[in-house]
Amino acid sequence: MANTVVERPTLGREAVTPARPPGYYPLYDAAGRAGFLVVSVAGYFFLWAPILLLIVFSFNDGRSVNAWYGFTFRWYESIFSSAAGGEASFASDLLLNSVMNSLLVSLPATFIATVLGTMIALSLARGKYPGRRYVDGLLLLPVIIPEITQGISLAMFFKLIFDYVDSATGTRVYPGFGTIIIGHVVFNISYVAVVVRARLADMNPRLEEAAYDLGANGWRTFWRITFPLLLPGIVAGALLAFTLSLDDFVVTFFLAGVGNTTLPVFVYGLLKITVTPDINAISTLMLLASTVLIGISLLLQGRNKA
Amino acid sequence: MALWLRTQVHKRSELLLAVPALLWLAIFFVMPSLMVVVVSLMTRGAGGNPELPLTLAHYERTFSAFDSVLLRSIWIAFLTTIICLLAGYPLALFIRTRQSVALRRFALFMIILPFWTNFLVRTYAWRMVLGREGIINGGLISAGIITEPIQLLNTEFAVLLGLVYGFLPFMVLPIYASIERFDFRYVEAAFDLGANKWHTFWRVMLPMTLPGVLAGCVLVFIPAIGSFVTPDLLGGTQGLMIGNLIHRQFVGNGNLPLGAALSVVMMALVLVPLLIYVRAGGER
Repeated sequence: MANTVVERPTLGREAVTPARPPGYYPLYDAAGRAGFLVVSVAGYFFLWAPILLLIVFSFNDGRSVNAWYGFTFRWYESIFSSAAGGEASFASDLLLNSVMNSLLVSLPATFIATVLGTMIALSLARGKYPGRRYVDGLLLLPVIIPEITQGISLAMFFKLIFDYVDSATGTRVYPGFGTIIIGHVVFNISYVAVVVRARLADMNPRLEEAAYDLGANGWRTFWRITFPLLLPGIVAGALLAFTLSLDDFVVTFFLAGVGNTTLPVFVYGLLKITVTPDINAISTLMLLASTVLIGISLLLQGRNKA
Repeated sequence: MALWLRTQVHKRSELLLAVPALLWLAIFFVMPSLMVVVVSLMTRGAGGNPELPLTLAHYERTFSAFDSVLLRSIWIAFLTTIICLLAGYPLALFIRTRQSVALRRFALFMIILPFWTNFLVRTYAWRMVLGREGIINGGLISAGIITEPIQLLNTEFAVLLGLVYGFLPFMVLPIYASIERFDFRYVEAAFDLGANKWHTFWRVMLPMTLPGVLAGCVLVFIPAIGSFVTPDLLGGTQGLMIGNLIHRQFVGNGNLPLGAALSVVMMALVLVPLLIYVRAGGER
């Protein structure tokens, strides 16, 4: 998955209102308008059709993915039966286990990345030290560099270190939750920093100045003024990091050891083999989870700024 | 002395805040990246592990034995970028020209939402569509157009489709940001001065929205050239890309130095367009 930071469009905050609505101009005559509509509808169809098909067929009462056999919840029931302690099948046991592993990775990774990302965002927004441009650049690199090179280089790094530790002390260290968490923190620091900085840029510096004027020290000003104002940004960044961490496949795939299969790695294993409605149901639930998390994150980012 | 130290600490406290994150990135991002470069120059030893002496053999092999995969990767990433551009610009313009802000917001949201869903899941959805027993083959057979399923999955075409699907939002968003800042009164002015609509587009609108176009192209090309999941799930052996070759050097009795050399080549393919973009003043 390659998630990249793009400039956020400033919806509804255009600097200049055109004299006439843009649709007026002859760039869009009747034929152009129709062509435009067709291309755009096709674009939206292209983006949505596979996802909708996946959701629809997760309710299909048959194993086929091209014919409809009626509506059913049974694929979801089989997923939740083991969670509810019912007659658990082997596969749904593994599924539940992989969800637990995902949380064991995502929660600490999110926590560390949120703390470090918020700190570096504060530093870049407030500090006047030389070399900030380079720090900025370094911060963007983990977002831009393809995940596979990140995963590979970290995996190689750990392998050589563990080999060295083995030959020096005789104790064998294996990759596991620790290595995955470290890899997730690397790319999540950048995402948290970007979101928190956007919030910082919108903050009124006078509020902090006022606190200083009233005799508060730096520490007190931070915890009583800056932090509460910043909190929506921090939570939005944390939610984004949590979602990315939950969804990550490539970096996890290369850093996971035996016995810490996360949900995406588990799903990958399944769908390398076959296409079945259970995967559709799992995928639909994953879509639901990331949509909800991202929705909350976007809401927090878009809420009226301080 | 103590007072001096305290002022220094206070002055530098902003820098101190950056230290933990910088350390993390230095140890777990910069160092591993540099290590890959070193490993790529070493000899393959027992179990695929790197050993001395230094050698350029892996680069030679990358450019001789794997040149077809390299070229295919570049070609697929290039085509992905072009198709995304041709589809993304009209889409961005379409969203911008919706009359109400609410509609524009909704149209943009509908572009962003699929891109926030799990990449693995979205790629898998195309297997459902393209597979031998997938929707397209099933539909065509039951419509009587074909009798035998046609090979759609595990082709270069499937990889291209999957990549365009995955990265189209990366193109639409920056172009939209550019078009949003574009003042449509320039279009009016161009018409008043006698330009026709093609002139207006090529000479006025496109140049003024070029920063968004360039940003979009870079944002699509980079993940496309570095893709691993899409060719792995949709490409089979026909759609093999560099990412898959790198992966192969790490499983089983692999070849770490060769994998490292391939990674370095991929990194170079990513950094070259990025540097050109930054040099061209893309970053404001």
